[in-house]
Amino acid sequence: MRLPRLLQAALVLVGVYLGFIVVFDYMLEAVIPGSLLTMYMFFVTVGVFMVFTYDEERTRELVAPIKAMVENPIYRGARNTVFIVIPLLVGYGVYSRTLPSFEAPVELRTIHPAPPSTAKIYGERVNLLTLENPFRHYQTDDPEIFAEYVQEGAAVYIENCQYCHGDKLDGKGPYAEGLNPTPLNFQDIGTIAQLQESYLYWRIATGGPGLPKEAAPWISSMPVWQEFLTEEEIWKVILFLYDYTGHAPRSWGEAHDAGGH
Amino acid sequence: MRKTLSFGFLASLVALVVCVLAGTGPALAQEAAGFGPAPVLTAADYPTVAGVNGRLVIWIVAQLHLWFAAFVLAVPIFVFIIEAIGMRTRDKRYDDMAYEFIKVSITAYSITAILGGLLLFSLILFYPHLFGYLSTIFSKSMFYYALLFFGESAVLYLYYYGWHWLQGDLRKWIHLSLGLLLNAIGTTLMLLANAWLTFMMSPAGVDPAGVFNGNEWEAIHNFLWNPINIHRFVANIAYGGSIVGAYAAFKFLTARTSQEKAHYDWMGYNANFIAICALLPLPFAGYYLAAEIYAYSQQMGITLMGGIFAWLFIIQAVLIGALFLSANYYLWCGMGRSDGARRYYWAIKYIAIVLIGAFLVWFTPHTLVLTNSELKSLGGPHHSILGPLGIMPAKNTAVNLMIIFTFLSFLIYRRSNKVATVSWEGMGNTLQVALFTAGILNILFLGIYHGYFTNTVYKVAASIPQVLTTFVVIVVSLVLDSFIYRGARDVGPLHWGRIPDRAQYALFLLAVAFTWLMGLMGYIRSGIRQHWHVVDIMRDNSPNAFTPTLGYAANVVSVAAVIFLTLVIFVFWIAKVSSVKTLPAGYWKE
Repeated sequence: MRLPRLLQAALVLVGVYLGFIVVFDYMLEAVIPGSLLTMYMFFVTVGVFMVFTYDEERTRELVAPIKAMVENPIYRGARNTVFIVIPLLVGYGVYSRTLPSFEAPVELRTIHPAPPSTAKIYGERVNLLTLENPFRHYQTDDPEIFAEYVQEGAAVYIENCQYCHGDKLDGKGPYAEGLNPTPLNFQDIGTIAQLQESYLYWRIATGGPGLPKEAAPWISSMPVWQEFLTEEEIWKVILFLYDYTGHAPRSWGEAHDAGGH
Repeated sequence: MRKTLSFGFLASLVALVVCVLAGTGPALAQEAAGFGPAPVLTAADYPTVAGVNGRLVIWIVAQLHLWFAAFVLAVPIFVFIIEAIGMRTRDKRYDDMAYEFIKVSITAYSITAILGGLLLFSLILFYPHLFGYLSTIFSKSMFYYALLFFGESAVLYLYYYGWHWLQGDLRKWIHLSLGLLLNAIGTTLMLLANAWLTFMMSPAGVDPAGVFNGNEWEAIHNFLWNPINIHRFVANIAYGGSIVGAYAAFKFLTARTSQEKAHYDWMGYNANFIAICALLPLPFAGYYLAAEIYAYSQQMGITLMGGIFAWLFIIQAVLIGALFLSANYYLWCGMGRSDGARRYYWAIKYIAIVLIGAFLVWFTPHTLVLTNSELKSLGGPHHSILGPLGIMPAKNTAVNLMIIFTFLSFLIYRRSNKVATVSWEGMGNTLQVALFTAGILNILFLGIYHGYFTNTVYKVAASIPQVLTTFVVIVVSLVLDSFIYRGARDVGPLHWGRIPDRAQYALFLLAVAFTWLMGLMGYIRSGIRQHWHVVDIMRDNSPNAFTPTLGYAANVVSVAAVIFLTLVIFVFWIAKVSSVKTLPAGYWKE
């Protein structure tokens, strides 16, 4: 027996919805955000509508039960029930969405604010558009010295940064749980792998207080490291970050392959 | 009609006079005295006129002007092509359709000119120093722009009014040549205007203080000029196609006879075809522009796609997805015109699954909106599974798949009314399947391997072979299909007009989504200059030199889009009214 098309459509939607929940929340154990699930389901519904209505015959089949329910006196009971239940459900949805709660409001935070073209670091105005890591060229010119610098950077990282960003650079240091937003995970393909070294230099040197206005509300607890580290130490830490994660800094010139661990 | 046309002439005359007075006047004075640095302004240098917000006026008027300009520049491009097809096939329906397209654009042309004049006056009134500075640099191009506008008007009127006069062998060729000339002038106008706006983003020909070196070509040929030129040229065609498609849909829905319905169905199909043809390469042109913006300035690049405007890019992604979905839906509904389409219905749900799947990846944001409990559960703002979908390699892969499957929709549409007669049909179809499979696998490999396991240089570079793969699949498949269906017989006559009304709303959605998209992206392109009139050269010190909230910006663009669409409905209505005749009984003397 073939299922009525309206039921088919409803089953597809419910199936996709439950599929997202089961796969993300239970199988992968990485919860799917409600905001994204809403967007996903909206467009899945659009897709289902498209597939079920591109042909006149199929459309007639799809809407036949709805039409019958509205027009056929036999289904008066079902019609009245639907006409009462649906507005009540919508009303409940609106009520529960607008009901004040203790949950902090969702913030649309800019994770990677745009850097200024120049910034004042160590008392000098530096041009971030042209600034380069002074040690980067050793990667090809003298790999042994480069490896030493990476080691020195690692020591600086372990002494200063791992408490928040973690000894695996995954943003899960001992203090990370106490911070909101949590420290960045450098292993993630979406963080330092997308950025130029000058960007990291600016962020490390000027920390949270150096964030531009567009990153407001300023809630980063990143210290102003130019007050604690030397310029060379910051550049060496940056070498270490890329070296350990296996990412390469964003560049437009010749490709440098980072030697991962 | 003649009255509205005279507005066009009037506006271009005004534009010329104002350009001569405001543009070349200071320029001549500057040349005598040498060029000075960019003016350093204070809040007092921005006049308040009639208590209105200058930025808001410029924003809305410039956007309206641009929408109409995009439309009136695009229509002659495909009218020229359709007229040429008509000449080659000697099928008069093409000639009639081309004439109807240009008829729709002619009122829009007057409105474009009027809005251009309004924009010019608004700039001079609200931002006199900025306009003065730009006109010292672009004095010659502004003057030629105004002159070209006269040329454009003259050729357009000859082209339109001479349509029925210039018929027949030689005359038709003359008419087609006028169409070519019209396009050449129109495109030149666009290139000149593009130079002024891209100079404000990536200034050239000036020193760090803004002192002009006197070489206007250098200022025109600035870093972002060509990327914008390419992007706008392609986008205009897609946009023009979508607006004409909406016109055809409007006429289809109001048609009284089946002949009229058939005609406007055919017109809508052609308009949608034009829109899709230009839509397919558009994401690549956009990607090229964004990559060039990033290459020019990391700051602008991050502001654009990773910073404050990133959320508007999510809306952009949703709208682009809506364009693809409505274009596909229209094709699927259109298959009902053929009695042989049922053979291919089974494929549609699979195409839909890939399209929707790719679309979901396409708009998945990099920075997710998370509640506190979700944030805690994930252990941070980055999602281990969805996070990687937020960056460009995933987007590039998704959009290439969307393009390939949209093309597949078109391919099955083309096949739906044909039966191949060649003996090697089976092998041909196997080759087609192999081609698509290899192409899709290559796109996935490039996207996944180069996107996530190599550095950014390869990541960015991998997008080029992805595009080439898509391009090869489309071209080779078209060639192969034309051989498979050489000498094919038709299942039956195509039933033009046999299409559900829903499909016409898909055409409306296409036009509305395009309009909104252009408004939002235009705002972003302009907004990434932030507090600069001319980036790093001339600072905006007006009280409005701040980036408005996303909600405010979206509202302004939406209001402007509503104004534009209202004017477009007026244009459609005028086109309809022009063919209506009333015979008042007893009014005139016998």
